[in-house]
Amino acid sequence: MEFIRTENLSFYYESEEDEIQLDTLKNVLDGVSLSVRKGEFLAVIGHNGSGKSTLSKHLNAILLPTGGKVFVEGIDTSDEDRIYDVRRKVGLVLQNPDNQLVASIVEEDVAFGPENIGIEPKEIRERVDEALKAVDMYHYRHHAPHKLSGGQKQRVAIAGILAMKPDCIVLDEPTAMLDPKGREEVISAITKLNREQGITVVLITHNMEETVNCQRVVVMDKGKVLTEGTPYEVFSQVEFIRRHRLDVPQATELCQKLAGSGVNFSRLPLDAEECIEKLAEVLL
Amino acid sequence: MSIILRTENLCFTYGAGTPFEKHAVKNVNIDIKKGEVIGVIGHTGSGKSTLMQMLNGLIAPTSGRVLLDGKDIHENKKELRGVRFRVGLVFQYPENQLFEETVRKDISFGPQNMGLPSEAVEKRVKKAAEFAGLKEELLDRSPFDLSGGEKRRAAIAGVIAMDPEILILDEPTAGLDPMGRDVLLSQIEAYHKARNNTVLLVSHSMEDIANIADRVLVMCEGDCVMFDETHKVFSRAEELEKMGLRVPQITKITTELRRRGVPLSEGILTVNQAFEEIREILRREGKI
Repeated sequence: MEFIRTENLSFYYESEEDEIQLDTLKNVLDGVSLSVRKGEFLAVIGHNGSGKSTLSKHLNAILLPTGGKVFVEGIDTSDEDRIYDVRRKVGLVLQNPDNQLVASIVEEDVAFGPENIGIEPKEIRERVDEALKAVDMYHYRHHAPHKLSGGQKQRVAIAGILAMKPDCIVLDEPTAMLDPKGREEVISAITKLNREQGITVVLITHNMEETVNCQRVVVMDKGKVLTEGTPYEVFSQVEFIRRHRLDVPQATELCQKLAGSGVNFSRLPLDAEECIEKLAEVLL
Repeated sequence: MSIILRTENLCFTYGAGTPFEKHAVKNVNIDIKKGEVIGVIGHTGSGKSTLMQMLNGLIAPTSGRVLLDGKDIHENKKELRGVRFRVGLVFQYPENQLFEETVRKDISFGPQNMGLPSEAVEKRVKKAAEFAGLKEELLDRSPFDLSGGEKRRAAIAGVIAMDPEILILDEPTAGLDPMGRDVLLSQIEAYHKARNNTVLLVSHSMEDIANIADRVLVMCEGDCVMFDETHKVFSRAEELEKMGLRVPQITKITTELRRRGVPLSEGILTVNQAFEEIREILRREGKI
């Protein structure tokens, strides 16, 4: 079932005097038509300035299209009366966890959203506990957010969104500022939410290794959708991906080079484990 | 090669004597040789940034010494300013520190403060912009009109313009896309080759470190736990993983194949090296 649909979505920043927006002046969207299915794990990749962040901000009506339409479960995001319905269905997690945490205690931070929409205290308690357990941060509920590691902070930010009971979470480069362990924690938390709770996930990233577990990858360039497909379909086009300033995982690159020298692969591996097994077969 | 930078029992404690006391750096003893490229890795909060800030005298050690060319940098407070010209530090997200009206003025700030005559400053700015990959026409624009990647390069050029003997970069590629990252790293490498200066590069990207570093310094909980040649450090995958670190994917693949009996070198660091060794084995065995 379709959950989000963008129809010929276009966007440019109108006020050129607004300095904050100046550096994103070029980040326009140019006729993006995209559909996200309910329960899907979708990754959007693209280089800096390809329009992927601008796209993410359209999915919960932080930005409104200058041309075309965005629908969330049939609701037009530019319908002002329904804007809070849209935001309740789609939660957004940003790159820097420090900019997203507001309270001095973890559980209070997670409760901030539900409190603001007038949820009963008893239910807030339940939602907070459930959300923190879902991202494996329940033990830290009484801690101070600023003393957590980057990966832990980012998971608290995700819990804050979860407590709003969204159907879909959009994450805009949630791991860009994290160390390798923090990155893994966040990606595995997101994957779990998708698989176990059926939450629709849109992950914006330029770390290709993070996208190998998702169902579909969309590649953006110059505000347009360049190509889309399963990770295998997308990353097997090694040269194409490279030409658009992106990377393929090292495992895929190695096997692609070997394929060029005459090694036979039924499909190019995307992660280390698959690559090891394939190469062990060939070499041993 | 002569030792340019040495630390002796270097310690730094935040909030010493308070209940919030935190030992950020504990007893670090390292020697860095002139012309080396050092990769610095460690989990968030391992003390990497604190250590880097001590190396250019930005923060003073709680105890221990930093020796630049054998001389304690805090021995004479008046000379500390000179130390910062010799040891250039590029912070995390340095683009947040651009402040001048034009990119040219921003890059000039360092060399001007060194008291260089204006012609020399101009030369330095031009050269630095070139090394950082900034086009000449960008120099007269406001730094706030540049793209994210250009801002980052402008900020790095500002430090390069001081022509430091030691260049320290704290996560210079964070947030850049793969192409932006590759370009920036190759510019740092080119600058290093041209000037033969010493470079310290802090990064969470093990692939970046594997591509550029001669030796790797590993920080964990404030301790320097490893300091060795890059391939030797990355052949200790298990220990690194316990510290929340990883090895490059290509190293992980080749290490496991080696463990299973494929005759590959230890600590392979690049896709090309792995490809060449595997192709050689396959050829020898007549499989391709």
